[in-house]
Amino acid sequence: HKEIAPPKEGEGVKINIITREGDKHTIQANEGDSIMDITMAHDIDLECACEGSLACSTCHVIVDPKYYEKLDEPTDEENDMLDLAFGLTETSRLGCQIVMKPELDGITVTIPSATRNVRLEGNLLRYKNSRLFIS
Amino acid sequence: SSHVAGINTINNPFRLAIIGSGPAGFYTAQRVLKNCSFATVDMYEALPTPHGLVRYGVAPDHPEVKNAQNRFDEVARDPRYRFVGNVSVGTNLTINDLKAHHDAIVLSYGATEEKTLGIEFEDGTVLKNIFSAREFVGWYNGMPQYRNLMPDLTRSDTAVVIGHGNVALDIARILLMDVGALAKTDITEYALSALRNSKIRNVIVLGRRGPLQVSFTAKELREMMNLPNTKFVTEFNFVKQELETHADLISKNRSLKRLMQIIEKGFINTTTTNNQPEKTWTLKFLRSPIEFIPNNETEPSYVQGLRLNVNRLEGSFEKCVAVPTGNVEELEASLVVKSLGYRSKPLEGVPFDHKRGLIPNVNGKMLDEEGNELPGFYVSGWIKRGPSGVIAATMYDAYETAETILSDIDQKKPMIPNPGIGPKQGADAIIPLLKERGVRTVSFDDWKKVEEKENELGRQKGKPREKVVTTEQVLEILGD
Ligand SMILES: Cc1cc2nc3c(=O)[nH]c(=O)nc-3n(C[C@H](O)[C@H](O)[C@H](O)COP(=O)(O)OP(=O)(O)OC[C@H]3O[C@@H](n4cnc5c(N)ncnc54)[C@H](O)[C@@H]3O)c2cc1C
Ligand code: FES
Repeated sequence: HKEIAPPKEGEGVKINIITREGDKHTIQANEGDSIMDITMAHDIDLECACEGSLACSTCHVIVDPKYYEKLDEPTDEENDMLDLAFGLTETSRLGCQIVMKPELDGITVTIPSATRNVRLEGNLLRYKNSRLFIS
Repeated sequence: SSHVAGINTINNPFRLAIIGSGPAGFYTAQRVLKNCSFATVDMYEALPTPHGLVRYGVAPDHPEVKNAQNRFDEVARDPRYRFVGNVSVGTNLTINDLKAHHDAIVLSYGATEEKTLGIEFEDGTVLKNIFSAREFVGWYNGMPQYRNLMPDLTRSDTAVVIGHGNVALDIARILLMDVGALAKTDITEYALSALRNSKIRNVIVLGRRGPLQVSFTAKELREMMNLPNTKFVTEFNFVKQELETHADLISKNRSLKRLMQIIEKGFINTTTTNNQPEKTWTLKFLRSPIEFIPNNETEPSYVQGLRLNVNRLEGSFEKCVAVPTGNVEELEASLVVKSLGYRSKPLEGVPFDHKRGLIPNVNGKMLDEEGNELPGFYVSGWIKRGPSGVIAATMYDAYETAETILSDIDQKKPMIPNPGIGPKQGADAIIPLLKERGVRTVSFDDWKKVEEKENELGRQKGKPREKVVTTEQVLEILGD
């Protein structure tokens, strides 16, 4: 796992991460760190089963719409995995692909929760309609 | 006296048994261990090795997907976790044995069977070279019971895969891909050698309905389109017509739209390229197998082809059904793999919904036939939801089950009663019982020894690992 040195005083990019339990963590991250790096370094539960190689979608996060537009466009490969993400939303991205940059200062991302989603009828419906792996 | 979770301490733990060590078992264990300090997990696995379909299902050329195993190792390093491998619940151990020594049980034993076509010769015993996907995948991935499947890939240049899911595409890809690239994966050495000698150049992937009803996904389809030296073939007029008829619907469905774009692009590439690939892969629609054609020259007889019903579609989009037109067609093929979907089977002493092929439950809590919650019984993964969904879906599903367990503990709901004197002992009591029954259990340390050997054998061949395939070999490495 990548070790992250905290940014110097007054530097870094601020990110808020809302965990599956609904807790909010505010972190000063380094430019160039991915959300996967950040959650790993801060012991926040974001499963990244394929370790960032765009093969799993377990690192799915929902981005604050205000910041979604500031992200680089997802690649085809990321979109392929997003198609399979649980509770996909209009501002869903993969945590291993979002890399911190100055424009993202103050961004909030939410890690979707299984139980929260189950209660949200709409999301469950989306999940059922998304193309799951059928053998 | 019911076991009340509230009096648990680390000396009197909440003893959870998990049946099955696939993603569902591990992700449930992960959440329960993380959020309940007094829980212990004993995970019982039928095979001598952990990880379920991550090891025996996921294709060898998808090593990134198998990184999930590293995450499972983190769970296994928790001192409150124990792996008890080489133990089949229902054969070596009953549910009652587990009830006597555990406070709660999670069933996450996946799907060990497969759907069938219901036509003659399909089990491959009379007519050779007909396999189910589970067998064929198990063969190339080193699943102990399929070690000796020995498909013959040299009888002709054409294979048929029945089914339009990702597993079907996995199989087609393995049959067509460059063997040099495969040699760098963890595919078993015997499968690699059979593929080196393979004469298969054309793979036909057929399904009973149309392009909008396929269940494979974009990544796998893209990989097929990118196979080197392989031409994509399909009945494009029909595909085009389907895409036009349903254009409105497709435009509203993100993943379907993307999938259809890949098919269209694949067709354009095929028709505009000048080079002549040596291999083909064909996506065939509206065909249902009705008969296997034998070659009667050899003893035993091999499959030589298929007789197919030509269908048309009736009804709208997802609910549409394939109706036979009355036309019948023949297709030559010397290898047939049926990829019709996996199926779970019931476990003695546990309710089962035969219609839906899963264990009845609400949010992971098992229900009896009358729909009442069963204290201390939970389900997770494919056996809970039905046998479909990627690891990410299985993970969410396992998290939901773990949340249900944790909330039951919090609410001090009754678990499995303890009829004995003194606290339950979990695997400390079960392992000696298995020993009496002549079962050699495999611990996590044992597995790590086996894995070290696999890595070493792999290094010698430039592969990430060479799987140890038979249970005998596993026990030999362990010095038995
Ligand atoms: C061929 C194939 C390829 C796949 N490829 C991918 C992929 O590339 N990416 C992806 O995300 N997903 C993939 N999947 C899906 C993924 O494997 C599943 O989502 C996941 O494995 C389901 O987890 P599970 O724990 O419910 O079942 P399983 O993984 O099947 O685990 C069940 C475990 O229970 C054990 N067991 C069974 N019966 C008993 C018993 N009686 N006693 C004790 N133990 C028992 C089994 O041996 C097994 O280890 C693939 C599936 C298949 C079939
Ligand atoms: S970690 Fe697997 S896709 Fe991001």
